[in-house]
Amino acid sequence: MDLLIEGLKKAIEMLISGDPEIFEITWLTLKVSLTAVLVSTFIGIPAGVILGLISFPGRRFVLILINIGMGLPPVVAGLWITMLLWRSGPLGSFSLLYSPFAIIMAQILVSLPIIIGLTCSAFQQIDEKMLLQIKSLGATRLQTVGLLVREVKIAILAAVIAGFGRVIAEVGAAMMVGGNIRGETRILTTSIVMEVSKGNFDVALALSFLLMSLAFFITFLLTNLQQRN
Amino acid sequence: MKLKQIFSLSMIAMLIFMMTACSNSTDETASKQEQPKAAEEVKDLILATTTSTQDSGLLDVLIPMFEEESNTNVKTIAVGTGQALEMGTKGEADVLLVHAPASEQELVDSGDAVNRKRVMYNDFILVGPANDPAGIKGMEVGEAFQKLFNDGAVFISRGDDSGTHKKELDIWKSHEITPGDNAGYAETGQGMGNTLQVAAEKQGYVITDRATYLAQKENLDLEILVEGDEDLLNIYHVMQVNPEKHDKVYSEGAEEFVEFMINEETQKVIEEFGQEEYGEPLFFPYTE
Repeated sequence: MDLLIEGLKKAIEMLISGDPEIFEITWLTLKVSLTAVLVSTFIGIPAGVILGLISFPGRRFVLILINIGMGLPPVVAGLWITMLLWRSGPLGSFSLLYSPFAIIMAQILVSLPIIIGLTCSAFQQIDEKMLLQIKSLGATRLQTVGLLVREVKIAILAAVIAGFGRVIAEVGAAMMVGGNIRGETRILTTSIVMEVSKGNFDVALALSFLLMSLAFFITFLLTNLQQRN
Repeated sequence: MKLKQIFSLSMIAMLIFMMTACSNSTDETASKQEQPKAAEEVKDLILATTTSTQDSGLLDVLIPMFEEESNTNVKTIAVGTGQALEMGTKGEADVLLVHAPASEQELVDSGDAVNRKRVMYNDFILVGPANDPAGIKGMEVGEAFQKLFNDGAVFISRGDDSGTHKKELDIWKSHEITPGDNAGYAETGQGMGNTLQVAAEKQGYVITDRATYLAQKENLDLEILVEGDEDLLNIYHVMQVNPEKHDKVYSEGAEEFVEFMINEETQKVIEEFGQEEYGEPLFFPYTE
C-alpha cells in the first residue's frame, strides 16, 4: 500500500519536474502506437470488409489464419521480425533493427489480425435481406459498402479499440526489436520492465500510471467516437 | 448524422496532425544533433553488453561521453553475456562489453572477435537471507557451495547463460556437484535484478555481481555472506566484432569505443562511479 502511494507521488513528482526524458518516452510511445494502429486500421478495415462480404475458395482457411493471428504472442512476432531485420537477415541491409520502425512493424503484426478479424465478423453478421434491399434500390458497390460501414460502425470502432489495446500493452516484441535504447526506442512498457529489473518499483509504478492515463485518454476519444449518434 | 461526420473527420484530422507534428519534431531534434558535425554522417554503433553495466547506471554516464567525442550514435543492447556473445558471433553487434573470460576467449579463437581488451573488474558475492539458515557466513566459496548443496538450501540461479550464470556453473563444476539434484535449486532465466528479487522473496541464496547488489540493496532483504575469494573475481572485457568475418560491422566506431573504454580519462570515471551514492566504487579500473 505504501508503495502504491509512493508510486503515485513519484508520478506526480515526475510530471511536475518536467523531466524531458519522461516526456520523450511518453511521446515515443504515443507516436509508435498510433502509427501502428493507423496503419493496421487502413489495411485491416478494407481487408475485413472484403473477407466478410465476398466468399471465395479458401476463405475459411484465411479466416483460421486471421483468428490465430489475433492471439499471436508478441514475443513470437518479435522473434520473427528480429530475424527478418538482422544484418544477416533478408532486410539486413536497411539496418532497421533497434529502431522505432521495427517496433511499429511488430505492433502492426500483432494488431492487424485483430482489426481484420473483428471487422470481418461484423460484416458477416449483416442480414442478407438488407443486402438484397440495398441492391434492389440500385446502389453501386461503393455506395453499398458505405452504407454497410455506417451500419456496423460500432463494431468497426470496437475492432480499432481492441487493436489499440493490443499495441499499447505490447512489451515483449518492443523489447526484442527495439532494444530499449535510451532516447531512441525506449517506450513506457519497456521502461517499466527495466525499472522493475533495477528494483526501482516507485518509478515503475509511476510509469504505469502514466501509461494507463495515456491508454485512458485515447480509449476515451475512440469510445466517444464509437458511441456518437 | 452531420455532426457525427464532422466529429469523425476532426478526429482523423487531429490524428494526422499529431502524426505530422511528431515527424516534424523528430526531424528537428535529429538536425539539432547533427548540426555541429554536419559534414559527417552520424553512424550507429551497436554495443551488446551485459545487464549489470546498464542496471548499475554506468553506461548512462559513459555512453554520452563517448558520443560527444566521436561521431557515433551508440545503440546499447543490454542482454545476458551469453546473448551478447552470440550477437558477436552472428555479426549482429559491432562491439561487445562482457564478463565471461573463458567464453570470450572462444570468440577470439574462432576469429569472431578481435582487439579484446581488459577494462575493469568488480567481484561476485554470495548473498542470502540475514539469518543464514545454512550457516555459510565467512566460509570459502567452494565450502559454502558444498554446504548449500548438502543442506538442500534454496538457491536461486540466473539460468540464462549470462556471465554470472557461467561463473556459478564453473564453481559447481569444479566441486563436481550437479546443482539440479538439490530440490531447493531454482533457475529464473532472468536478469540479475529480477533474480535478486526472487531470491529475497524466497529467502534463498544467490550469487551476484557486487554492482547490481549495491544498486538494489535497499529493496532487498539479503546480506553478503561470502566475498573476497579469488575465484569470485568478475572481469569485464571490451572487444570488437571482426570486420573481416562480418562485413556489415562498423569497425571504425568499434575500434574507437575499445580505445575509449581503456583510456585514462574513462578509467577515472569508472573508478569514481557510484562512490558518492554507495560509499564504494561499483567497478575498479583494470586495464592491461
